Parts: sequence; C-alpha cells; structure tokens
Amino acid sequence: MTNAGTPRVALERFLDRWLPQIVVSPLFAASLVFVYAFIAWTIYISFTKSGVMPNYTLVGLAQYERVWSTPRWYVALQNLFVFTGLFIAGCMIIGVLLAILLDQRIRLEGAIRTIYLYPMALSFIVTGTAWKWILNPTLGIEKLVQGWGFRDFSFDWLVDPQMAIYTVVIAGVWQSSGYVMALFLAGLRSVDDEIIRAAAIDGAGPVRTYATIILPMIRPVFLSSIIILAHLAIKSFDLVVALTGGGPGYATDMPATFMYAFAFQRSELGTAAASAVMMLMTVMAIMVPYLYSEIRGSAK
Amino acid sequence: MSQAQSGIVRRQGPRQIALRILLFAVLGLFCLYYLIPLAVMISTSLKSLDEIRTGSLISLPHEISLDAWSKAWSSACVGVRCTGLEPYMWNSFLMVVPAVLISTFLGAINGYALTKWRFPGANVIFALMLFGAFIPFQIVLLPMARTLGYFGLAGSVYGLVFVHTVYGLAFTTLFFRNFFVSVSDGIVQAAKIDGAGFFPIFFKLMLPMALPTIVVSVIWQFTQIWNDFLFGIAFTVGDSNPVTVALNNIVATSTGVKEYNVDMAAAIIAGLPTLLVYVLAGSYFVRGLSAGAVKG
Amino acid sequence: MNKFSLLMSAAAISTIVLPTATFADGTVEVLHWWTSGGEAKAVGELKSSFEAQGGTWIDSPIAGGGGDAAMTALRARVVAGNPPTAVQLKGPGIQEWAIEGSLNDVDDVAKAENWDAVLPPVLAAIMKYEGKYVAAPVNIHRVDWIWANPEVLAKVGVTEVPTNWDEFNAVADKLLAAGITPLAHGGQPWQDATVFEVVALGIGGADFYRDALVNLDQAALASDTMVKTFDQLRKLRGYVDQGFSGRDWNLATAMIMNGQAAFQIMGDWAKGEFLAAGKAPGKDFLCAPAPGGAFVLNSDSFTFFKVEGEDQLKGQQVLASLIMSPGFQETFNLAKGSIPARTDVALDKFDSCAVKSHEDLTAAIAANSLVPSMAHEMAVSRTVRGEIMDVVTNFFNSNMSSADGVQALASAVKRVQ
Repeated sequence: MTNAGTPRVALERFLDRWLPQIVVSPLFAASLVFVYAFIAWTIYISFTKSGVMPNYTLVGLAQYERVWSTPRWYVALQNLFVFTGLFIAGCMIIGVLLAILLDQRIRLEGAIRTIYLYPMALSFIVTGTAWKWILNPTLGIEKLVQGWGFRDFSFDWLVDPQMAIYTVVIAGVWQSSGYVMALFLAGLRSVDDEIIRAAAIDGAGPVRTYATIILPMIRPVFLSSIIILAHLAIKSFDLVVALTGGGPGYATDMPATFMYAFAFQRSELGTAAASAVMMLMTVMAIMVPYLYSEIRGSAK
Repeated sequence: MSQAQSGIVRRQGPRQIALRILLFAVLGLFCLYYLIPLAVMISTSLKSLDEIRTGSLISLPHEISLDAWSKAWSSACVGVRCTGLEPYMWNSFLMVVPAVLISTFLGAINGYALTKWRFPGANVIFALMLFGAFIPFQIVLLPMARTLGYFGLAGSVYGLVFVHTVYGLAFTTLFFRNFFVSVSDGIVQAAKIDGAGFFPIFFKLMLPMALPTIVVSVIWQFTQIWNDFLFGIAFTVGDSNPVTVALNNIVATSTGVKEYNVDMAAAIIAGLPTLLVYVLAGSYFVRGLSAGAVKG
Repeated sequence: MNKFSLLMSAAAISTIVLPTATFADGTVEVLHWWTSGGEAKAVGELKSSFEAQGGTWIDSPIAGGGGDAAMTALRARVVAGNPPTAVQLKGPGIQEWAIEGSLNDVDDVAKAENWDAVLPPVLAAIMKYEGKYVAAPVNIHRVDWIWANPEVLAKVGVTEVPTNWDEFNAVADKLLAAGITPLAHGGQPWQDATVFEVVALGIGGADFYRDALVNLDQAALASDTMVKTFDQLRKLRGYVDQGFSGRDWNLATAMIMNGQAAFQIMGDWAKGEFLAAGKAPGKDFLCAPAPGGAFVLNSDSFTFFKVEGEDQLKGQQVLASLIMSPGFQETFNLAKGSIPARTDVALDKFDSCAVKSHEDLTAAIAANSLVPSMAHEMAVSRTVRGEIMDVVTNFFNSNMSSADGVQALASAVKRVQ
C-alpha cells in the first residue's frame, strides 16, 4: 500500500467495523418509531379522554374503569380464552396428524399438501361469505343433511349465542391448521433418517417412534407453531367480522373487535386504547418468555 | 433427507395395506374439509341468479355460466364506477410487488447482519424488532396516518408500500435470521479472510444460499400484503384502492339485489393471485421452511 | 440505508401526482358507502349533476357495516391532514366532528337559498353547528314502518296490518299456528335496535320515546313502560325464524316478497327492494306505519370537511347547493325509496307509501311527534347508541328477563354519560 491509500484503508476499516450496524440501525430505528413510539402513544391515549379524535387531556384510569365495567369486555375476554385454547389445540392436533400422515411416502403428496395449505392464502374477506352460508342453518349443512332425509339433524351453532364461538374456531382451524402442517412436515423432513432407521432396527413401531423419538427432536417446531398460533388468535379480527360480525348479539366479540368497535364505530379512542393496552400486555406475556428463550438459545 | 426414505410405514402385508387405506381415507376426509368452502364459492359463481334463489346453496350448478366471472372482472359496480375488479387488481400488484421485494431484501440483509456480523446487542435488537410482528395493527392506524400525512404520503400507493414494508420487516427478518443462524460461520470467516467485505459476502455468497428462505419470505409477504384490508381502507383513496377494498365494496353492500354469483366470482378473482402463488410455489414453501425458518 | 431513504424520497416526490389537479369549477372527493343498487344509482345522479356544472368528482366508496369501515377511513384521513371534501355523515356524528374543528360551513349557500324555511326544524338543527350549516341533507327516511305480504296475511284471514302490538301478537300467533314465519328479521345489532325503537314508540308513544332514547332520562329508561317494551321484544324474538342471525335486512325483505314470512319492521329503504323487484305497493306488499302515531326520522346527509384550496372550497359550495336543489331531491329520492328532505318538493312522481310518509311527516311536525331515530344515529352519540345496541342485541339473543334488560340498559347509559 502506498501512502496515498492510507485514508482509503482507514475508511475500509471503519466500514468493516461499522457497516453491519449502519445497515441495521435505520431498520431498527423504523421499528422503534413505528412499533414502540406508537405503542407509547397508545398507552398515553388510554389515560386521556379522547373521543372522536385524539385529545390530550389526562383523566387517569377512567378509561380502564370504563372497560372493566363494560359487560361486553368480559364476553370478549372469555371468548379470547376459549377461542385461543381450542384454536391452538385444534390446529396443533390436526397439523401434527396431517404432517405425520403426509410423511408416509404418499403418492399425490404435492396435491394434497397444496389443498391443506391453500386456506392460508385466502383472507376471510374472500372466504367469509362461503363460511357464513355453510354454517347457516337455513342455507347450509343443516339444510343439506335434512334434505338427505335426516329430519332431526340440527347444526345451528352459528345462531346460538352459546355455541357461535365454536363456529369461529372451526373456520379458524380451517385456515391455519394447514400452515402448522407445513411447519411440522418441514420439521419431520429435517430429521436425520439414520435415527429413524436405528429406531426401526430397535424394533420400535411407528407410533412409538414418532411419539418418543421424532416429535421430541423437533420440539422447537412446537414452540414456534404455538407462538404463531397464539398471536394469530389474539389478533383475530377478519375472521370474527366476516363470519359472525361479533354476533349473535355480541356473543363472539373478541378483544380485537371490541377495540375496533370502540375506536372506529363509537368514537371512543380512549376506551379503545385502554383495551388495546390490555391486549398488548397479553401479547407481551406470551412473547417475552419466547423472545428471551430465542436470544438465549442462539447466544450459546 | 429425501422423502423417499423418510416413511416409516413401509413393510408390506394385509395389515399394512389396511393401514394404508385408512391413511388415505383420513387424508381424503381432510381434503374435503379444506375444499368445501372453495367448492361452494366456485359452484355458486357458475350458477345463474335464479338458480341460486331457488336451489340449495351447496348444490352443484345445473347449467354452467361464466357471466358472473366476466361481470366481476370488468363491469361490476364499485360505487359509481362500473369497472369491475380489473383496475383494482393492478393497484394491488403495484403495491404488493415493491412492498414484497423491498421488505424481503431488507429482511435478508438485516438477518445477515444480525447473525453473521454479530455485534454487541444484536440479539436484543432482533428481539425488539420481532415484537413488531405481534402488535395488533388496529392500534397503529391513527399514529401511522399522522406520520404518513406528515411525509405527504397519505392517500397514495407509496404510503401503503411504506406501511407494509415497515410492518413486514419483523417477519422477513425472523425468516432470514433463522436461516442464517443455521449457516456455518466458517463460510463467512473464510470469505472474510479472503478479503471479501460485508456486501460482497452478502450478494455473492449468502443471498444465493438463502433461496428457499427467499421463497418463504416472498410467499408470506405476498399473502399478507395482498390480503390486507385495514391499511387499504385507511391509507388509500378511491381510485388507488387495493382489490380487497374493492371486493368488500362489491360484497359487503347492504342494499340492492345481492348478486351472489358475482360476489363469489369476485372473491375468487381477488384470491386468485395468492392462491396461484401457493399452488405454484407450495413445495418450495415446505422446503424453505425446513431450511431454517422453523427452527428457533 | 440507501434503499430506505431512496424509498422515502421517491415516495415523497410521487405524491405530487395525486388526483387533485385543479379545475375551474370545483372538485369534490366524496367518501360514502352507497355502493349498490338504488343507492349507487342515486349517488350516480349526484355525480352526473355535479359534473354537468363543470366540476370534477372523485369517488371514494367504502362499503360495509353501515359505514363503519368508511368511518375508519375518515378518521385516518383527518388525522393525516388529508380529509375528503364531503362525507356521508349524519346525526350527532356531525356535531362530534364539528367540535373537533374538522368541518367547513356552507352557511352562505344555506342563507342564500333559505334552507331554514324548507327543512323540518328537527332536521335543520342536526345539520347546524353553532348556528351554521355544516351539512346538507339529501333525504328523509321513515324508520317506523311495518311491511307485509297481503297474500300471506290472507291465509289466516287478515287483511289489514295490525295497529297496535297486542293485535300484532294475535295475528303472529295465528301465523305461527299455520306454520308461517310471522316476522322476517335479520339479527344484526342495528336491526335489533331498529325493532327495539319502533316497539318503544308503539308501547310508550312519542313523549316516552323522546325521554328515554333522545334525552336519556334515567327514570324513563328504567320505567315500567320500558319493561313492557322489552316484554314485547321478547315476544317478537319468538316470531322470527331460525336462520335470522346475521342476515342482511334485504334478505329479510326478500322473505316477505317470496311469501316466506308475513311482516318486516324496517325503514322505508325496504320499499326500494320491493320496487326494484317490480312489486306494487298496496297490491304485492303493504306499507303501514308502526303503532305509535308518530314519525321516527332518519336522514342521510353530506357533511363538509375542512379542506383547503379554492378548488375544493368551490366544490363544497356547488355540491351543497346541488344537494338541496328540488330537482336533485326528487331524482335522488325516487332512486333511493325515501322522501325529499325539503318539505316543499312536489310528490307527483312518488308512490303511495312515500305520499303517506310525507303526510305523516307534516302531521308529526305539527303535533310535535317527530322524533329522531336512535338506531340510525340521529338521536344520540355513537357512544351511547353503541351501548344501547349492545344491551338490546344481547337481550334479543339471550334468555335475559325484561327486568334485567331494563336494568342493564339504564346502567349502560349511565356509564357513558
């Protein structure tokens, strides 16, 4: 290197040292602003008397008291737990089952997999009407089966306030279980065949091989699937709006629809913000341990 | 790794054949479960309005008619404009293509920088960014509107591209970071010793390796952004609406004679691009997921 | 970094090419949710009249949820500092936005054309903020109608629509016994609330209605009359068919047309459905005012938002004048099924139901029994309306007792005041 090149070398050294940070920092800054600053704004609004538009007069905890004194909020919370629990369980059971079945050297695997996966491609804006028809007692399955001669057949969950939330689960599982299947199929494919062969030589049957050897090996897939499903459940909005509109009555209301209704239908931004903050706290309760394990896991 | 070897039910015999039949029966039943809504939509879109009114919604069409499809594509009315979905499909493409490419590219470089050039705090930064994937979008609507207004991006396709890029970043970074974590550091070290810098390693070495992950990221982002409705209604104006908003305007009308066949045809048309992406790239999707995106 | 700032600047430059080019005779961008059938046709009339005067019309339709989606868009647009020129917005919602300072007034036009003299006072008050017109009404809908299929009624020997709720129940029981669904209804909160307010009017009369659902008087809300209202609502629940939940109102109207049900309680936009299907009033379907001897008012209007620039301000003035012109009021309302908001428009071209509506309107103004609709956002803020709807729809879809329902109603209203 000549003397003239020295500044260039210095620059290169500088870039070598700092380029990764320089690349990451604007993206990180964007996320600070568009995620964290917006969350902070929402938290602030939840302590104000904002109505039709943001208003910065503080009112203490009044909006939280308002949320917790609204019967509809309790329905939304209860639905969230029922839905999240059943939705995750349903998607996991079906997803794992289908992944294992598809892993058996099936002919037509590509086609079948596409069929299982396609609901993920469509939004409920697209499929909502079809689901509404299928589940509606005077139009869909009930009418069809009665038409076959089973006069006593009844399937009216969609219009029964006690049962309507389960129809939301059915449609939700329909949409997301294929994705879980894909995740597990990918996981199964990444398991070393030697291990499977070794298990077969040991005389372990297929059920035992899966239950005690293969599935435990892809434990991380369980974790990421559950996290993805939990966040889908908490954010579920299109699903409820398209299928039941929150009804009958407000029997299928969820926190996301509750918040939307208060913010945009009722002009109560403050109350909506308070419910949003509680939603965020739920998301954090799930996500923080996951992120913590994520960081620790990759730091080792 | 190849799928031919990974099956476990492999011995032949009557019991195995019975199991095999059971296997196909279960798989077939699930195919039905997944296909019924689509079947209802397709069969309805092929019926005439009279047949829909008189018959059962689930039954098959007696006479197949494509009128509803051509109407949904080119002449259904969205408000006072009777242009069908066609112009809105282009709007969506104009929005989706840049948003998907930009967010995938940025996610790739981000994931690469965070894993292969690990600097102090990289993991914390990743965790903080990842949380962005989990915030309910309804809460960012108003502050985002203010921001877009401030930058003069409100009501334009560019604003929408920007919003989708920002909120897609968390997911794309997650995908690429999980992939690059599984790539041996030795490769990068060797390249560094050879004198390659940050960008050459990325473009020449890492990006080609990450092809399956790129596919996953593109599929995921394409689906999410194409299907978005909330940002579409909030941040675009009339003519620049994405197709989901136009579809909603056709389907969710409260008055007038409901043309269910047109509604259904419109819904399928609006869903067709994402459907095609899944059908055509579905096998890459699973391959890409197993290449790293599921780990963690 | 490069890519990012490139994106930003590229985007910033391109926004200049938005569809806001200037025209000499005004530009309006109109946000509305009239996207189908007669309504879209009605907006089309407005658009072509506006363009005939040399203006430019930018259409921003957002359908769904009775305007909920459009309201979401509106809020985002106002926050972004990019409001539409005119928005289909009604009732106390107009005041809410006016208080925020988001509206322009069109009082010059209103004064020059003397709107005060031609609008019903109740309606004019809703259109004004601090004495100035900030919105222009396009129509008057009557909410308290009962629609019926005479052929179906004839099957149980009935020829007239009942005039009080006891009679209604008697007829409905007969219909049930004959295996006919007495009431076509769609289980959506606003439809439940529509039936609720019509029943409240019939049970308690206009004064009770006003005390309870407009002035939100706790004594009226918790009164025995309200208990009776809920009792009647519970009875009506027994008269609907199994698939009512989530049904759109126009499908319920179709049930009347097809003879699948006998009655529907719905505003006169239902008439548009009958007429569009080629049905004749008095022959194929009957329209009768619901019990109560009053008039429940619903009116659509366009509200003018705070926009800047000569071009758009001009557009607002032209649009305001156009909306209130007798010619437009006639063509629009013929398409929409309502009656003109102006009381001085001749009704020669309108059908018998509309003429009846207009007569009752005039009588109700004189008798002070013209009341604004709660369910249709004419009477109370969206907040209060939302709470009332929650209670009503929850009551209608559960086994709650009337006493509990009234209790819940009173406390829900108290909570938001």
